[in-house]
Amino acid sequence: MTKELWKGNEALAEAALRAGLEAYFGYPITPQTELLEYLAKKMLATGRAFVQAESEVAAINMVYGAASTGARVMSSSSSPGMSLMQEGLSYIAGSQVPVVLVDIMRGGPGLGNIAPSQSDYFQLTKGGGHGDYRPIVLAPASVQEAADLMYGAFDLADKYRYIVIIAADGNIGQMMEPIEMPPQRRLEKKDRGWELTGAAGRPHRLISSIYLQSEALHQFNMHLQAKHRQIEQNEVRYEEYLLDDAEYAVVAFGSAARAAHSAVRWARAKNIRAGLFRPISLYPFPHAQLTALAQRVRALLVVEMNTGQMLEDVRLAVAERVPIQFYGVTGGLVPFADDVLPEIEKLTRLDNGAS
Amino acid sequence: MLNEHMQTVFDYPDALTPGVTHYCPGCTHGIIHRLIAETIDELGIREKTIGVAPVGCSVFIYNYLDTDFAEAAHGRAPAMATGIKRTLPDRIVFTYQGDGDLAAIGTAEIIHAAARGENLTVIFANNAIYGMTGGQMAPTTLPGMRTTSSPSGRDVEVQGWPLKMSELLAQMPGASYIARRSVHDPGNINKTKKAIKTAFQVQLHQAGFAMVEVLSSCPTNWNVSPKDALTFIKEQMLPYYPLGDYKIGDAIKTLV
Amino acid sequence: MAKGTITIDERRCKGCELCTTVCPKNIIHMATTFSARGYRPAILVDPNEQCTGCLLCATICPDVAITVYREIKPKATTPSTTRNT
Ligand SMILES: Cc1ncc(C[n+]2csc(CCOP(=O)(O)OP(=O)(O)O)c2C)c(N)n1
Ligand code: SF4
Ligand code: SF4
Repeated sequence: MTKELWKGNEALAEAALRAGLEAYFGYPITPQTELLEYLAKKMLATGRAFVQAESEVAAINMVYGAASTGARVMSSSSSPGMSLMQEGLSYIAGSQVPVVLVDIMRGGPGLGNIAPSQSDYFQLTKGGGHGDYRPIVLAPASVQEAADLMYGAFDLADKYRYIVIIAADGNIGQMMEPIEMPPQRRLEKKDRGWELTGAAGRPHRLISSIYLQSEALHQFNMHLQAKHRQIEQNEVRYEEYLLDDAEYAVVAFGSAARAAHSAVRWARAKNIRAGLFRPISLYPFPHAQLTALAQRVRALLVVEMNTGQMLEDVRLAVAERVPIQFYGVTGGLVPFADDVLPEIEKLTRLDNGAS
Repeated sequence: MLNEHMQTVFDYPDALTPGVTHYCPGCTHGIIHRLIAETIDELGIREKTIGVAPVGCSVFIYNYLDTDFAEAAHGRAPAMATGIKRTLPDRIVFTYQGDGDLAAIGTAEIIHAAARGENLTVIFANNAIYGMTGGQMAPTTLPGMRTTSSPSGRDVEVQGWPLKMSELLAQMPGASYIARRSVHDPGNINKTKKAIKTAFQVQLHQAGFAMVEVLSSCPTNWNVSPKDALTFIKEQMLPYYPLGDYKIGDAIKTLV
Repeated sequence: MAKGTITIDERRCKGCELCTTVCPKNIIHMATTFSARGYRPAILVDPNEQCTGCLLCATICPDVAITVYREIKPKATTPSTTRNT
């Protein structure tokens, strides 16, 4: 198969279409808008459900409605819009309908700016809205990976009747790379026993997040927790680079991992045994893998485009086993390999000083 | 006396489940539910109807109407209904909403659903108060009306003016049928029934957005007897919220 | 005048008294006893068979507790069966 040049946002949109997207509801926001525009063109032309909503609040509730009918549905936004969607996400989690979202993260807090960022990590991976739920969060580091993750996201959402969020930063959304676009899928519709279609020849159904009795809500929360444990067991994804003999590991996701990747290569050229650990699933976080890694290396460096959000999960996994350093930039600043390399070198000095 | 020469002329609608509602005695939410159930029966649409429940006293409407239902977040029923209708255009989708739900927290959603001309039926129960949370001021609370959050009466200088949603939504080109009715006496209940039926027929004809605003009572939070609550509707609410058809689009002139 | 009658489902009635306010014959009263749900239900007291089956009480009952019956007028010519088919 030949490669074609695709822009990240458009590749996400096309991959969603090829995965069988039936309905899209969204609201424009930079740096995500090309995704919405691409789908407007493709979906309206083929008579599929596409609505530019009056707000992200409305968009996510339209998604909620469409998901209640069992449709393959998605929305996309960027950080301020994701904040508005948290209400809907909480209800969606509470009523267990499958939904896929894309967050092309930009700088916050507040209006911040439209430049790339990874500062939605807390909001996305810890739940975001009220209640004990956690969406599956996948962070691509290339346009190809964005398309691939999107292509599988609906199946994942269906499998767990849950939310899947593709969390990319503005870089991934905006950059162009040659990729192989996966083929168009044909989906067979079958009734899964919960979707709203009209109570024809069956008892009526309800999609709802209400559990009035304390015991019932507790049971439901235990069910969600069991689902989380299952997700943590089955869906952890990560990439390792030059970690086999590494003494120093960089941990980074998304765009930050691209810079870290080059920095690791350069460090190797300087005879520093560095490697890269790149979480692809931010929730479920590759906790056990990092714990194991901490037993093999002398020190870790976490690189993020925020002030240390994933850092907290790394600390939880590593505990006090080895020293952890952090390098982060915000506001649309992007870590470059030549920023990261000196940080890796610092790890070796830290290590010498300690011993 | 009941004898063999008698036939039933008023009976429990099929689309209403047998359960007893959680509503307070004399609360007219129950009347409006019955009218919707009768409409669904008469139009034979029970098996293709999907309701969207609000947050408010009528949150459990899904327990009473024997159709598929989704339970929306507070005020978001029109958005959720849009998502359902757009993916299942041949189903009949309706929302049932209170005034806090439709005219306060969900104002944006209802206005834009109407503006888009969504093929939805909206039944709007306006009881001028927040029933579920215990009687606070609603966007439709009358000037001077006492509530737990306007204890000395709604002062329009401080708390602003009540919203007239039918008048507002009638301005939308996408709105096909907008009517205000009341359930304070049997004659008006029958007129409300006819309007609700029309609002569903509009959707069956794919003629755009339809809403019936129904002036409804909340004896509990108005602190009056059920009977006096109906008098309150007649004497206090009707002057501020005049009954009538606020919009009858060209496409549905033959329906009404 | 047409003859009719009603039955009131005591399990549904919440004793709101609205039916009593619309009955033109004043033949719906509130019981002095309590129902299982703790309400004083409405009861029909119609010894003189005044009920016409006018539907007003059933129309206003918020709890759909009332069923209304009306006597069929035996028609000499072509019996119409439209109602109950
Ligand atoms: C986001 C959110 N804010 C507030 C509430 C609390 N709340 C529940 S019902 C309600 C008001 C309902 O009033 P109305 O829509 O008039 O319906 P009624 O109960 O009078 O029938 C409020 C404020 C909520 N459930 N969700
Ligand atoms: S509080 Fe008011 S609106 Fe709610 S059920 Fe009671 S009477 Fe009805
Ligand atoms: S109107 Fe209905 S609920 Fe109220 S008293 Fe009469 S029968 Fe009972």
